Amino acid sequence: MIEAENLTRYYGPTRAVHDISFHVDKGEVVGFLGPNGAGKTTTMRMLTGFLPPSDGTARVADFDVFHDSLEVRRRVGYMPETVPLYPEMTVWAYLDYMAALRRLPDRKVAVERVLQACGIGDRADSMIAKLSKGYRQRVGLAQAILHEPEVLILDEPTIGLDPRQVTDVRALIQEIGREHTVILSSHVLPEVSQTCNRVLIINKGEIVAEGTPDELTSQLQGAERALVRIADAGPEAAGVLERVEGVIGVEATADGAFQISYAQGHDRRAELARAVVEQGWGLLELCNVGMSLEDIFLQLTTEEVDPKGFPKPLESGKGEQDA
Amino acid sequence: MHNVWTIARRELYAYFSSPIAYVTMAAFLGVMGLLFYLFLVFVQQATMDPILGSGWIFFVLILYAAVVTMRLLAEEQRSGTIELVLTAPVRDWEMVVGKYLSSLILFLIMLLISAYQPIILTRVGDPDIGAMLSSYLGFFLVGAALLAIGTLTSTFTRNQVVAAILSIAIGVGLWLVEFLGSRSPGTFTGDLLSQLGLFSHYFDFIDGIIDTQHVVYYLSLVAASLFVATRVLEARRWR
Repeated sequence: MIEAENLTRYYGPTRAVHDISFHVDKGEVVGFLGPNGAGKTTTMRMLTGFLPPSDGTARVADFDVFHDSLEVRRRVGYMPETVPLYPEMTVWAYLDYMAALRRLPDRKVAVERVLQACGIGDRADSMIAKLSKGYRQRVGLAQAILHEPEVLILDEPTIGLDPRQVTDVRALIQEIGREHTVILSSHVLPEVSQTCNRVLIINKGEIVAEGTPDELTSQLQGAERALVRIADAGPEAAGVLERVEGVIGVEATADGAFQISYAQGHDRRAELARAVVEQGWGLLELCNVGMSLEDIFLQLTTEEVDPKGFPKPLESGKGEQDA
Repeated sequence: MHNVWTIARRELYAYFSSPIAYVTMAAFLGVMGLLFYLFLVFVQQATMDPILGSGWIFFVLILYAAVVTMRLLAEEQRSGTIELVLTAPVRDWEMVVGKYLSSLILFLIMLLISAYQPIILTRVGDPDIGAMLSSYLGFFLVGAALLAIGTLTSTFTRNQVVAAILSIAIGVGLWLVEFLGSRSPGTFTGDLLSQLGLFSHYFDFIDGIIDTQHVVYYLSLVAASLFVATRVLEARRWR
């Protein structure tokens, strides 16, 4: 449905997107994941035909985004990140306007359908200026699905919503995703892993990883980790665990347990258990923990990666690199 | 044309749902009414010439056109709504022309309201109706050109005030070049500058003469402004 080849985009001398290639099949829900300023919005704008690529091509439903821009735009529904709306219009008037620009044969039916679908039927006659952020977001979404587009592109669809609204909007996206091809961007990991079949992690204008949430986790695991919880562990516990053969890292967790890492395929759990027991400590818990998508995201998009290949512990603002 | 009309209709809706339409009309018609009163009382002639041919009304028209058009594209760029319109199957020129058309319709509505003045004149005297109509046609053409210039400057920036100041500067500039041209009559530059002047093409209309060359001048100004406006809009995407 979407083929992007070597997409590149400069803003003046600044390179926002560099040599991105990917494809999205019909009916897929694909997430662009990356820190702010990674190039997600720019890529989306190129796919909608709003921004011409500086280099490379993209085809949507077999139409070139640059040469057949109008054909592409007929087939794409787009919700920009800021959800720009006309504050002086009512919800109905606004949707009717967008339906007219899309030349829908029966605007009344189309508008009523999306009002229902997005749960904003009760606000049809409200001025957009008076709507809350959550309602505006839904109006933006309603506008994007008015013409039942083959491809739906949503830029940060749940940003700035309260948790309940986030759940609602995600459910709506999943419902739409059953019949349509959807691309959404986010810098919130759970959102992408919950709603998307496939994830593209973008950083500094390049795709750094691609796959299903599960694939990404297994592909990118350079190492495995185990969680060890010991009763009455003394201060020397970390040192003891570190000396176990094959262990490449020990990290104390906030609740008093230890996260042990070792090379992939070299399970050290038996050795760890033995070491703990030899010390005469009580082993309360020992289990394998995979690498969460969050860890992978941080590892791929954070500059200073620990020499052992592990992400630094999550600090506030770590994922908020500016381009 | 479908999209042009859709956009123009929304824009008119926006004009009338904000104070812009009412305030600008009230200001313009107020000044025009004051001029009418003054000239009718003091000149005692049944003619629109002193009103539609006065420098005061030219200046008010330049200000009016700047204020009415300043938000057309600047506001869409500031709020980002342009991204929604231009990711719908709408061509750039359709957006520019639709916006322009709305300001032209607003101007036309205002001119129709001002027609109470010539109607009063037909009651109190015996005015030359042909000359009045051609004055109005000329005035409409000048306004059409100024509105197109305003639409153009509104594409330059996302700041409405900057857009208005630019269009006032261009309007006043086009008005003043003819005085510059009249300093050196007969020379090539002198004639060129006089011909470029916005109001030098207007006075024939006041005298009741509709000369194609003048009509062409105003229409070319409109076409050129809207063409450049479309190009500016396109160029924004490349930066």
